[in-house]
Amino acid sequence: MIEQLKDAAEALVRRAALKGATAADVFIREEEKFSVTVRMGEVETLKESVSRGLRLRVFVGKRTATSQTSDLTPAIVEKLVDETIEMAHLTSEDESGGLPETTAGLDDVPNLELVDPGWDDFKPEQRIEWARRAEEASMKADSRITNSEGGSFEYERSRTVLANTRGFLGSYEGTGGSIVAMPIAQSAEGMQRDYWASVARFISELSSPEEVGRIAAQRAARRLGARKVPTCEVPVIFDPLTARTLVSHVLQVCAGDSVYRRSSFLVDRLGEKVAAPHVTIVDDARMKRGLGSSPFDDEGVATQMTPIIEKGILRNYLHSAYTARKLHSRPTGNGSRTGSGSVSVGPTNFYLIPGAHTPAEIIASVKSGLYVVELIGHGVNPVSGDYSRGVVGMWIENGKLTFPVQEITIAGNLRQMLNDFEMIGNDVVFMGPIASPTLKIRNMVISGE
Amino acid sequence: MEANRSIFFEDYGVTTHDLEAYLAAALSRGGDYADIYFEHKINYSIVFEEQIVKTATKAVNVGVGIRVLSGEKTGYAYSEELDRVNILKAARTAALIASKSSSGGRIGIDAPAIREHNLYSIPLLSTDLGIQQKIALLQEANQSARAYDPRIHQVQASYIDETKHVLIVSSDGRCVWDIQPMVRLNVSCIAEENGKRQSGYQGGGGRRSLDIFREELDPKALACEAARQAILQLSAIDAPAGTMEVVLGNGWPGILLHEAIGHGLEADFNRKKTSAFSGLIGQKVASDLCTVIDDGTIPFRRGSLNIDDEGNPTKQTVLIEKGVLQCYLQDHLSSKLMNAPLTGNGRRQSYDHIPIPRMTNTFMMSGQSTPEDIIKSVKRGLYAVHFGGGQVDITSGKFVFSASEAYMIEDGRITSPVKGATLIGDGPTVLREVTMVGNDLKLDHGVGICGKEGQTVPVSVGLPTIKIREITVGGTER
Repeated sequence: MIEQLKDAAEALVRRAALKGATAADVFIREEEKFSVTVRMGEVETLKESVSRGLRLRVFVGKRTATSQTSDLTPAIVEKLVDETIEMAHLTSEDESGGLPETTAGLDDVPNLELVDPGWDDFKPEQRIEWARRAEEASMKADSRITNSEGGSFEYERSRTVLANTRGFLGSYEGTGGSIVAMPIAQSAEGMQRDYWASVARFISELSSPEEVGRIAAQRAARRLGARKVPTCEVPVIFDPLTARTLVSHVLQVCAGDSVYRRSSFLVDRLGEKVAAPHVTIVDDARMKRGLGSSPFDDEGVATQMTPIIEKGILRNYLHSAYTARKLHSRPTGNGSRTGSGSVSVGPTNFYLIPGAHTPAEIIASVKSGLYVVELIGHGVNPVSGDYSRGVVGMWIENGKLTFPVQEITIAGNLRQMLNDFEMIGNDVVFMGPIASPTLKIRNMVISGE
Repeated sequence: MEANRSIFFEDYGVTTHDLEAYLAAALSRGGDYADIYFEHKINYSIVFEEQIVKTATKAVNVGVGIRVLSGEKTGYAYSEELDRVNILKAARTAALIASKSSSGGRIGIDAPAIREHNLYSIPLLSTDLGIQQKIALLQEANQSARAYDPRIHQVQASYIDETKHVLIVSSDGRCVWDIQPMVRLNVSCIAEENGKRQSGYQGGGGRRSLDIFREELDPKALACEAARQAILQLSAIDAPAGTMEVVLGNGWPGILLHEAIGHGLEADFNRKKTSAFSGLIGQKVASDLCTVIDDGTIPFRRGSLNIDDEGNPTKQTVLIEKGVLQCYLQDHLSSKLMNAPLTGNGRRQSYDHIPIPRMTNTFMMSGQSTPEDIIKSVKRGLYAVHFGGGQVDITSGKFVFSASEAYMIEDGRITSPVKGATLIGDGPTVLREVTMVGNDLKLDHGVGICGKEGQTVPVSVGLPTIKIREITVGGTER
């Protein structure tokens, strides 16, 4: 099946060259998906699909245009190639444009263990059963769980193909599955929801549906009776799910495209201290079975392990071929196809390296403070670093989680927050390509009553 | 635009006979209801940055989604190839949700119906126009933003348009189609001064063609507004922390309604009793001054539709009348299960998604106060006029929205600009705190994107100037 996609990609690249493109690449991804949600014990939705997306980029000298289609009918795609070349003639010359100079060698492709053959024997009936078990476990775990948004199971198998006019023709496949439980707890004070999930490429690495359900139930139930606290300034601990959003902000401001646009508070800071001395953040595309792992990026550059912040010092930005040229650096294998076919910068496995502390030790270190379990809103400004978001959490008194809190915000500036990472946990959790362990920030302003 | 033809009949050779066969396959295991959603979408987008046209993009997406309902269960499958073999395969896959024996009856489709609305009939679709004139708009925007102030260092202007053809048929005999245009222009700027950097953004558009940018949405004006915001932020002071009186400006701050009450009134959450608004119909959820409407029928608006994505005509729906909750926003499934009238709010991102209840254009009716009197009435508070975005927890009812342009109000006067801050409140109670409503209702410029369950759809919001007695402002200044 993947051979057909490779043939199609190669043919289109050839056509582009024939029609006047000086360079071109074609990226095709095919995804087979299955998803089921079980709610109150009954299947609520069942969805199955195979979808294909083709993304084309052409260069005419230093000018470029891109296109994207779900329709792989040869006549449609060929017409799209021609139109894309016509559009490229109308864009401007860009000195930094072009395919990458060096692409991945295809002879020694590393075995990153992206495909679990076991999925072939994991039938739809079993997938539905796992969704049902996750919900059932969440409903049984606590008598205060009275309702549910369901348990779900998703499976995906993807095939990725890339060809370019310099003779690169590569492909890889991947599998992945996830179990989610979304229970709702109720008391006289109202309703609260939360979720827990397990995501992995290999079936054997998924948590049991029972464990997912149980954790989800505990997370939802502990929120019951949440209230506001007075405005104050205290230490703030982020659980792994919320800590990873802080790591995602670091990704955003270290991506080469944000840097050359100067829409990042970390521009012009390479080699400088930008975070507390025990903070190390890496982007590691070669992690075996990693959710964000791949042998080459979306323009064919070999992937790698890139240190971003090393012991508090900013070491590297992440680059595509384009941003590397703009910023006089080298591509880091982080070229990422956007929906429209152009290439931006994206993460592989981007995470904060765990520290030595258990989450319990970190909580115990706080006399009076906040433990964050959910963040809502978009109050993060990557240009200035200003940070203000809504929070759901648990109040800490004398080193113990006491009562739940909500309808409050935390605010600060990411520049300072990175320097205030005071303790880092040993409990990194991957539910996607960006991850973090539990994290303690020395002090933040909490706005409440 | 031809009102009585669809691209799917003309270009793809779909026949009524085919449609009947697909519906029969979808119901072959005895489902209660089936519908088929054909979609053909063309987009163009152009990015202008660092004084050059960086790239231009064309996207063509075609697909057909088939849904089968059986009680509360939904089976869904789609095909990106519009041939009989693949569509029938998708129909049979979706059919598996039901497990009764087939009813076996023949499904007839009515003759194509005349649409109830014609809200965005335009003579020349933007996707049929060359990209040169679109590039010209971006050049104008770029020049205006840079000319606004020498401290503007970076300008990014982008253009995106879309023409979406849809054809919807259902097992209750409906057969309707629509052609849905959309254009949008965005400008973002970065201002720098003494090592300080700040950004500003403005955008606009609607279900129109390029003429909108020659009439009410001048690219130069959009650009100057983005530049003004970036420059203003250079001198902004830290936002306050704590609860206080807040005045929201008119227009885009209507995002308050979208987050605080709109999502909580979507019928799916209420049918499942997972919304903080479950069971509150007929009850007071806002002050007498508040009348809130969701209206999918405003001509040329970003959130408007002639038919929703289940083929039902859109409507004007009063959600809150003088403070009292009237009804929920319905799609087909919830309306059937709740035995409530359809409101034309069944929407989906595209053929690969299941329709769910969504907002269209959501706004509050004007009141009696002048904006000046509202400001004058505040001793110490925040005046927020521009927002970045918002989010809500449907179940607990807590919502946030993030101000990107705000000022302190001191002794009835607008004083210093303050940095961006998140405002947080409780959906079912925040509108009870509305103590003044201005006479200046305005809808936003046409930039809203609403996300729910992984699906995004275009929406609009609107608000007159309003005063909220108390809400928590998430700044750092104590």
